[in-house]
Amino acid sequence: MDLLEFARGPALQWSVSIFIVGVLWRLLGVFLLRSKKDLSEPRNPAAWKGLRLIALRSWPRREFLEGTAFGEVMGYAFHVGFLVSLFFFAPHVLFFADVARGLSGTDLQGLIGFRWPTLPNGIITLLSAISVAALLAVLVHRLVNPVKRLISNFDDYFSWFVTFAPLVTGMAAFAHLAGWPYERLLAYHLLSVELLLVWFPFGKLMHAFTIFAARGTTGMIFERRGASL
Amino acid sequence: MTASTGQPHTRKPEPLEFDKPRVSIATPEYRYDMQGEMPEAERVERAMKSFVKDFGRTAAIYMESCIHCGMCAEACHFYEVTKDPKYTPIWKLEPFKQAYKREYGPFAVIYRALNLKQKVTVERLQEWQQLIYDSCTVCGRCSLMCPMGIDIAALVSQARHGMYAAGLIPHELWSVTERARLEGSPLGATPKVFKDRLEWLSDDHEVEIPLDEPDADVLCAMSSIEIMKYPDSVVATARIMNHLGVSWTFRLDGYEATNFGLLSGNAAAQKLLTMKIVDAAVACGAKTVILPECGHAYTALRWMGANMYGQPLPFRVMHIAEFLAEQVREGKLRLKKVAKSATFHDPCQVVRRGGAIEAPREVLKALGVELHEMYPTKGTNWCCGGGGGVVANHRADELRYKTFKLKMEQIEATGAELPVTTCANCRQTFDDGQAHFKWDRKMHSLLELVADNLIEDES
Repeated sequence: MDLLEFARGPALQWSVSIFIVGVLWRLLGVFLLRSKKDLSEPRNPAAWKGLRLIALRSWPRREFLEGTAFGEVMGYAFHVGFLVSLFFFAPHVLFFADVARGLSGTDLQGLIGFRWPTLPNGIITLLSAISVAALLAVLVHRLVNPVKRLISNFDDYFSWFVTFAPLVTGMAAFAHLAGWPYERLLAYHLLSVELLLVWFPFGKLMHAFTIFAARGTTGMIFERRGASL
Repeated sequence: MTASTGQPHTRKPEPLEFDKPRVSIATPEYRYDMQGEMPEAERVERAMKSFVKDFGRTAAIYMESCIHCGMCAEACHFYEVTKDPKYTPIWKLEPFKQAYKREYGPFAVIYRALNLKQKVTVERLQEWQQLIYDSCTVCGRCSLMCPMGIDIAALVSQARHGMYAAGLIPHELWSVTERARLEGSPLGATPKVFKDRLEWLSDDHEVEIPLDEPDADVLCAMSSIEIMKYPDSVVATARIMNHLGVSWTFRLDGYEATNFGLLSGNAAAQKLLTMKIVDAAVACGAKTVILPECGHAYTALRWMGANMYGQPLPFRVMHIAEFLAEQVREGKLRLKKVAKSATFHDPCQVVRRGGAIEAPREVLKALGVELHEMYPTKGTNWCCGGGGGVVANHRADELRYKTFKLKMEQIEATGAELPVTTCANCRQTFDDGQAHFKWDRKMHSLLELVADNLIEDES
């Protein structure tokens, strides 16, 4: 078994399994905890309306923008670049279709009920490059900003690395980096994605799920009180 | 940080000081910021157990969600004025985050087995005492900033439970909480003192102040700061209630709304103090309990009271500003126009976290003042710097004064003639700041402003 076969076979299966089991374990470990009922008389009984905080908190209030603009802009830049590259790059969609066939014997449409278009490679390359640049900027910021430097730990740097690596290896594979066989580059790319999947449940990448729970919970508590969202 | 070791819990609280701009215990000659005799390991064990005891789904979701973006620093007045990263709100919870991951989170077994998170030590908790108590007013501005939506202020309150259980709270907070537990009031407003004051105020101001009525529709409570330092607020409450013809009373078995149990992290004391008011209201059949101009008293009863009681409260709970606004809305409270400009300082627990955002403004509108809003205002207004027990803590004075400059700048920028607020704790923080900086602005009470401008019914 060569490196690419390993990356496409057991490494992929194990990493996806660890990802799924790990994510479920961490989410259930939190959601199965008791939650005391709030017996106070609500100001606004329709607390569910506070779920709008999930959308509202996607951009800071005007009063907070000055001190946070860098983080917000860079955050959006690398998230958008990363996610668009992940889901709209033609080879990725083909890969998802392959996985779908492997799981259900049908294509994406058959497995999840819909398919989506891909974007031209030029746009994907540009967005990936923006994402890489933004990730480098946030790393530098984390290293030089006194607040971020103080509060950072291994998770912050390792999560950064496992996010950065697939972008760089993916761009390298796409560009057929001089002197390196494509198969090896592709294997590195797959392995870097698998590293991300393995780390995902254990570190802060989990915020991809918990962000909705945290914002939604606070939104409902605050809405119930009529407090500022 | 100064700290003694092994001071027993039975030590008597120190004397109070009433001749200063703020009411608090006299500056301690020696600080006792570690309470009780116990081995260090037990302190840590107690802190973590107590922290974890209250741990539910909400707190766990918060603990799992921080991405260390550091943006909360930008919302904190202590960071804003010092630019010291240790005042980053989420950093104030670091030992508790560490403990959560190691002892309680879904992967705790892995963290422990591989020692990925170190055990929290008593030294670390001692070091964090200053961050959790001196440099956090639990104002919740950071909770509005957090892009993950984490209510950091709520976690700080929870961390305080752990610190109290470990006997690691600032001496003054311990002392006033003990006073409240033993005497019924943290700042000397014992039932006897309160009764004497009511008699004196009633005579002096020629106002009827019902006390211990067996039946009343409304039970009023006061804060000890008002009773001891701003007695005009007691008179103002009586004047307004009498003016409205409300069936109301004070009761000696439940008049003290100040709840240092909440501020110190002593949950048992918090419940004890809450239940006094609940029981008094039930005893007189009150349909409404009106809380005084006190921010944390509002949080303690309005939002936490029923949970302490174990069932929904059998009466409405209103902050006095909400009550006044309701009376204005219903046309029952008519006020003379105050031909001045005013600016409103939003008490964090009443406005930002309490939800009574517009009520004080409705009352100010009825007073006809020209309202000059601060920037920022309402939910994002800066804290006075004295909430969460900080103003009672002498050790925090220097830092608190730095944050107070923010308020002075904000108020000066409005150009308003009257700074007004509806929290006695904010008010004494302003009085103290005013004296410290020899500032020529005086904070006013919304309640007293209303009482001074009642239109008496001609019929």
